[in-house]
Amino acid sequence: MIYADNAATTRMSEAAIRTLVSVAKENYGNPSSLYSFGQRAKEILEDARSAVAEVLGAQPREILFTGGGSEGDNQVIRSAAELGRRKGKKHIVSSAFEHHAVLHALERLKKEQGFEVTLVDVHEDGLVRPEEVAAAIREDTCLVTIMTANNEIGTIQPIREIGEICRSRGVLFHTDAVQAVGHLPLHTPDLPVDFLTASAHKFHGPKGVGFVFVRKGVQILPLIDGGAQERNKRAGTENVAGIAAMATALREAADHLEERGAQTAKMRDKLIRGLREIPHGALNGDETRRLPGNVNFCFEGIEGESLLLLLDDRGIAASSGSACTSGSLDPSHVLLAIGRVHDVAHGSLRLSIDETLTDDEADTIIQSVKEVVAYLRGFSPVWRDLESGKIPHIL
Amino acid sequence: MALYSEKVMDHFRNPRNVGVIEDASGIGEVGNAKCGDIMKMYLKIEDDIIQDVKFETFGCGSAIASSSMATELIKGQPVSEAMKLTNQAVAEALDGLPDYKMHCSVLAEEAIRSALEDWRKKTQADSLP
Ligand SMILES: Cc1ncc(COP(=O)(O)O)c(C=O)c1O
Ligand SMILES: [Zn+2]
Repeated sequence: MIYADNAATTRMSEAAIRTLVSVAKENYGNPSSLYSFGQRAKEILEDARSAVAEVLGAQPREILFTGGGSEGDNQVIRSAAELGRRKGKKHIVSSAFEHHAVLHALERLKKEQGFEVTLVDVHEDGLVRPEEVAAAIREDTCLVTIMTANNEIGTIQPIREIGEICRSRGVLFHTDAVQAVGHLPLHTPDLPVDFLTASAHKFHGPKGVGFVFVRKGVQILPLIDGGAQERNKRAGTENVAGIAAMATALREAADHLEERGAQTAKMRDKLIRGLREIPHGALNGDETRRLPGNVNFCFEGIEGESLLLLLDDRGIAASSGSACTSGSLDPSHVLLAIGRVHDVAHGSLRLSIDETLTDDEADTIIQSVKEVVAYLRGFSPVWRDLESGKIPHIL
Repeated sequence: MALYSEKVMDHFRNPRNVGVIEDASGIGEVGNAKCGDIMKMYLKIEDDIIQDVKFETFGCGSAIASSSMATELIKGQPVSEAMKLTNQAVAEALDGLPDYKMHCSVLAEEAIRSALEDWRKKTQADSLP
């Protein structure tokens, strides 16, 4: 299998697996227990916190362990909303192409608590404009939440500029960095963010574990009530093995960030060049301001799910933003947000690779996509109409 | 667990009756690019019998397999039988479809019905003095 769906999840690294197994086996004590066996687990937990913090240049106290990216996003948003509400601030600024963990949390606040949400445009290049964020901030804005990198099209947002605007306006800023942590250099001391959410399974760690960076002095409320774990910010016996494995994975990712990033980007660009040869297709999102592993195309006249199924038959695991892959009637909100019309958005393909993709595998992907697209177009009534001039080509 | 039954995958991978009929007696096109599935059916009808049927589909695996199966079910049948084709029959013949994919089989039923209506209109027009 050629695995080209790293944005969905990644393979756990060997080192992370070793940590996971060894901690689960040898250190199963409860970190809250006072005997030494429990305290050993506590040590492992705190070592992991220090390791994660070190990678980000943060302080250990600024790292809050969670059960993954969705939880982190929800906790930050619900907490900031509650704290804002207490001061009569019930407005949040975000973008149209955030992950559903953000968008649906915002929807709930609108519905249940009468919050107002402004979603700024993400433009055709898949980039938020800082000045539009600035214009959207109001007197009653309690939070700005803009992702660091988009999960579908991989575009990297100007979060530094946005963060500076938020600072100068005295508004809290959260960035969903789930797709970025472990892949882009992120250094919190000089990044003006108050909260940053990450998830281990996107950087070769285990699923169901993540963390939120919460800047020192910034308040966060718990999402889950119960015991006093995580300094009262996240109740529940800690997933010590998972957290330790996450730390191992992040350490490793950070140690190899540059070389892996360069190699991955090289293969990304090869894929982009190859797929550009398919007529009436287009790359989604800015070509350079994107994650090293993200390739996302739309092809006219075909539908994404059938493309994926036929690629699967050829041993290629990829993903699409078509409606029929999501189980809804609408194609990806991300593609619609960057202005792709429905007809075109249905024919999308996301390849998200890592540095292990070989030249030969990239060639296989390019060749397979070319053949499958041509095959599907061969009996597509939409393609027939496009080619006969009955409807105009858009791409 | 696989997304689709073996039958669906077989019809998806090897769709039957793909193509166009240049001198079709009736053509039906349903769906729209907004929802993501479009089907076009071409019928060749002689003596009220569906002599030939071809389809073109833009759509997901379920849409392509449903089109293929629907053509198999009506080929060689009298028009009166083809009119009775339901999406349930198409889905059943495919050993079932996931719930959220049933709408794709509905399109197959509609495409055939629309092609039959087109044929009926054309034949009625022909018989006018
Ligand atoms: C940008 C982004 N945010 C949040 C999430 C949710 O993370 P998790 O799967 O760990 O809950 C994901 C992953 O699907 C993501 O890509
Ligand atoms: Zn469908």
